[in-house]
Amino acid sequence: MIESALHALRENYNFVVILCGVSLLGAGAGIVGAFAVLRKRALTGDALSHAALPGVCLAFLVLGERNLPAMLLGALASGILGVAIISALVRWTRVRDDAAIGIILSVFFGLGIALMGIIQRMGSVGNKAGLSSFILGKTTGITGADVWIILASAAICLAAIVVLYKEFLAVSFDADFTQSLGWPVYAIDLLLMSLVAAAVVIGLPTVGVIMISALLIMPGAAARFWTDRLSTLLVLAGGLGFVTGVVGTTLSYTFDKLPAGPVIVLTGAALFLLSMLLGHRRGAIARILAHRRFRRSWQERQLLRTLYELIESSGFRQRSVPQDDLLSLRAWSPAEAQKLVQEAAVAGLVLPLPGGRVALTDQGWQQALEATRGHRLWQTFLAEYPEQAGSVVNLASVSVDDHLPPALSDELQAKLVAAGRWPASEVAP
Amino acid sequence: MNSLLDIHDLTVAYHRKPVLWDVDLELHQPQLAAIVGPNGAGKSTLIKAVLGLVPLASGRAQIFGEPVARVRQRIGYVPQRESVDWDFPVSVLDVVLMGTYGRLGWFRRPGRDEREWARECLEKVGLAQYEHQQIGQLSGGQQQRVFLARALAQRADIYFMDEPMAGVDAATERLIFQVLADLRAAGKAIIAVHHDLRTVPQYFDYVVLLNVRLVAAGPRETTFTPDNLRKTYGGRLALLDAAADAIAAGSGAP
Amino acid sequence: MSTAVASRQSFAAPQTAWAWNEWWLLASYLAMSLALVVIGLEWVTRPAASGVPRDLAAPLWTIAVGSASAASCAILGCYLVLRRMSLLGDAISHAVLPGIVIAYLLSGQLTGWPIFIGALVLGVVTAALTQGLSSLGRVSEDTSLGIVFTSLFALGVVLIQGWVRHADLDVDCVLQGQIDFAGVTQEFYGWQISRPILALLPTLVVTIGFVALFWKELKIVSFDPALAAAMGVRVAVVHYLLMAMVSVATVASFEAVGSILVVAMLIVPAAAADLLSSRLSMMIAWAMAIGIVSAALGYVLGAALDTSVAGMMAVVAGGQFALAVVFSPRSGLASRWLRNLLLAVRITSEDVIAGLYRAEERDQATGVSIELSGVRGESTRSGIDEHSASPFVRWLASWRIAHLGWTAKDRLGQARLTDAGRTVARKLVRAHRLWETYLDTHFDLPRDHLHDAAERMEHFLDPELQAELDAELAGVATDPHGKQIPPADSAVDSSSLEK
Repeated sequence: MIESALHALRENYNFVVILCGVSLLGAGAGIVGAFAVLRKRALTGDALSHAALPGVCLAFLVLGERNLPAMLLGALASGILGVAIISALVRWTRVRDDAAIGIILSVFFGLGIALMGIIQRMGSVGNKAGLSSFILGKTTGITGADVWIILASAAICLAAIVVLYKEFLAVSFDADFTQSLGWPVYAIDLLLMSLVAAAVVIGLPTVGVIMISALLIMPGAAARFWTDRLSTLLVLAGGLGFVTGVVGTTLSYTFDKLPAGPVIVLTGAALFLLSMLLGHRRGAIARILAHRRFRRSWQERQLLRTLYELIESSGFRQRSVPQDDLLSLRAWSPAEAQKLVQEAAVAGLVLPLPGGRVALTDQGWQQALEATRGHRLWQTFLAEYPEQAGSVVNLASVSVDDHLPPALSDELQAKLVAAGRWPASEVAP
Repeated sequence: MNSLLDIHDLTVAYHRKPVLWDVDLELHQPQLAAIVGPNGAGKSTLIKAVLGLVPLASGRAQIFGEPVARVRQRIGYVPQRESVDWDFPVSVLDVVLMGTYGRLGWFRRPGRDEREWARECLEKVGLAQYEHQQIGQLSGGQQQRVFLARALAQRADIYFMDEPMAGVDAATERLIFQVLADLRAAGKAIIAVHHDLRTVPQYFDYVVLLNVRLVAAGPRETTFTPDNLRKTYGGRLALLDAAADAIAAGSGAP
Repeated sequence: MSTAVASRQSFAAPQTAWAWNEWWLLASYLAMSLALVVIGLEWVTRPAASGVPRDLAAPLWTIAVGSASAASCAILGCYLVLRRMSLLGDAISHAVLPGIVIAYLLSGQLTGWPIFIGALVLGVVTAALTQGLSSLGRVSEDTSLGIVFTSLFALGVVLIQGWVRHADLDVDCVLQGQIDFAGVTQEFYGWQISRPILALLPTLVVTIGFVALFWKELKIVSFDPALAAAMGVRVAVVHYLLMAMVSVATVASFEAVGSILVVAMLIVPAAAADLLSSRLSMMIAWAMAIGIVSAALGYVLGAALDTSVAGMMAVVAGGQFALAVVFSPRSGLASRWLRNLLLAVRITSEDVIAGLYRAEERDQATGVSIELSGVRGESTRSGIDEHSASPFVRWLASWRIAHLGWTAKDRLGQARLTDAGRTVARKLVRAHRLWETYLDTHFDLPRDHLHDAAERMEHFLDPELQAELDAELAGVATDPHGKQIPPADSAVDSSSLEK
């Protein structure tokens, strides 16, 4: 594939032009789209692109010839009109945003199709319009001049984001707070949406109305799995968009049966899927593994603490308790309890004894002490400082020291000692 | 003895932050019980956890000694008023009729008996004349009463109510409590999230103090004390003063 | 007490005639649209030359196909709109494409049950994937929706262009459908029938059956999913059944009208119907009506302009939605504006005569003749001008006062209250002062804050509430500013004023 692409590179000036255009488009759309995703406006791009179609057709009808810049301006105008109607509907009527988006998207698109029908019946002029390429996109239609338009727009997007980085960050992070600071949130939002609109419109002739929104959403959403920092996220989204463009274009060029737009979207989907599964910050696999680790350690601590408490309530006479007693304190089924005991036994923390009893090993005793201390310190903390309830407590950590200042944890410990509830190591039976 | 409500070792966590932690609660007699606690204390979550509407990290909840799924027909539920869309195109009577759906099962439609019964329930909350109105046209207090009527229509033995008194005026509050007291007198149990400390002594006979962990639960006289309230709310003095006044007033009441 | 009073005042008598009113509105809308359609059909089917017979079969079949599709979609769309899942409908209508293509590639035919199975599977997969991605990847629901449906649609397009060689299955017909061929009939058990209707009619019947069968479950799951779950209704089962039905309706409509129209028919009529109705049954009826009108008028317009019928149907649906937004009796922009205007006129006119009444009162107290009150400008100052009402409202208010005979010109050309006007004005002033007194005794408000509150409230206090206030304030004769509260019965009072 790479060889054939290189071959194509040498052979075909057109291919280079297309490759440049689509990759730049991917990068620009990725960066702008990342903000839209963060701002919870993922589907605005979809509404915009569908709403742009009548503008394209009207520009053609008015000029009577195919003039790309004019058609894109028409697209921009009608796209923005559509988005404006959506926000007006949400603001002034009881139509909800999901319905408003759906209505504008389908009605404008229907209007576009109807106008297109009129154009196509105009005879030879209409057939040359190549309007249908706006729906599903057509990379072969890109000319050198188009690449310059795309390049210029991508540059403008980038410049706007660099200049207004702080403002966009604030608005997409917490719009209400930003508003309370007296910033013109509405204007910033509007600018952001204009950038989205620009990206959509530039993408229309190549990727098409239906799928351009994917190019906006996917890179940003995919990048989110790899980082928590906005600056990194933006660079990554741009990079992923770029890669999507390069790979998608090359693929569609290599297998010439495949249309470019859908192949680009599927490339983006594959990148998203990989990121979602493998991303090390929020990726699904990393998260599921972490969650299972957390559950295991939490349940293990529950078991050890329960054993300690049972031993405590028997006056520290024995280091073993009947396994069935576990069920009186915890809502485990006998099978669950059995499984937990077995797992802890494998870890060398408990020792199942004959006669259905369980004993703590030395190591288990130490960990049980720690688990019980941590739990009681948290509980005391909640009892003493109920205002802080829940906001500080973390079930994943064994000790409170990571979350509370030392003086406070000393104070809580003193309280527990005074109440005779501090698990002290010297009372081991 | 079979307890009415048995919550054991209940923990609900969200992103490893406990919302409810190691909650054990048993209710043996039918009570008019208030769940009291500050914002974010997990009051609503406790109800949702019992009804199986949120995933549990550990623990179990039983009602009448059975898993909740087996006794759903005997449970009434009043969600928070904000949880539904009041522009929804249904009439007041339609909403109350929804209370009968649980007993009807799949495919059967509410018939004349159910309508009669729904009207009766509406009458009990004083909204009989609004039966045909679209629910969005009602005031907040009236909407709350519609929810109460719907719960009545469930013919349950135990009721869970999430802030049934939120945003209602004093007259409606008295009416709602009259209905609750009637239910209680008919041997039903009511567990309601309540946000107004001042009216607790006036209306409830059992109190559950909750702040992520269970602070205390028991008869109002012994449980609704300034000390327990401090353990629940922390040192917010103004609020505690108001409650202390109410406790003093409540202990004088019959 | 205060909120009870405030909340109760906004309710007039319960509307018992709602059903009749709403059905009547729907019936007249349908009749009007039908007339439009008939006129339009008359024009678009006019014979090219005299003597050629008019061909109505094809247009009527096309309208029937469009209507059947629109009606099934509209019914299901109601639930999508109410559950705020409109975009899931949009997504499904795009995402069933690969299901259709795969079913076609496997079965080799473009009609019949394989296509339905393929679409149904993909529809449910779309709903499940959307939910799965958003919970597995912790991305917002709309982000995952946007990713899922664009990818699946792209997959469908790639499959079509890469592997399918069939005239009836290309991208254009997926997008726009082939409703132009709906007029072509074929023989079916001795009847000449349009082919798409063979799939659409059963779909419509199944859709209606589905909604009727699960009426109660769909209703409670849409209105209050938490209660539904607490009652033991399988919310997820109902959800996926609905999604499966949406996919079936989508694919049945696909061939005839294309995917754009499916989206438009799912969402637009239902959203318009939501603005028009206060009952679920009514909403579904409205949605079906709007959908059918879109199909019929859309055909007429498409034929008249010689363009895509599917596109025009979407446009007509959008036009009807716009009408609903503006003119809906309950929540339309125009009706809200009209209601506010009428209220402003009523308040302004009432303020004027209350001002005149106060002037009379003052004149009596000071012994100055009533005739002079107008000269002193008291009545006008305390009336309209204070309220910054627009000139138009003021003009309407003065017309209303004259029309109701509340004032008459005296010898000097000054407006004076008539008996009728005085009775009304006394009631208003009484309401005003009662409310001031009530506020003063029940709330710790500064005295100068009372007037404004009462100025608003006096227009809304109905007799029932006044009686309640009376009972509450028994025996209080003067308001907090020391002015007498006029008694409720008029006889005594008017004679004393007239002397």
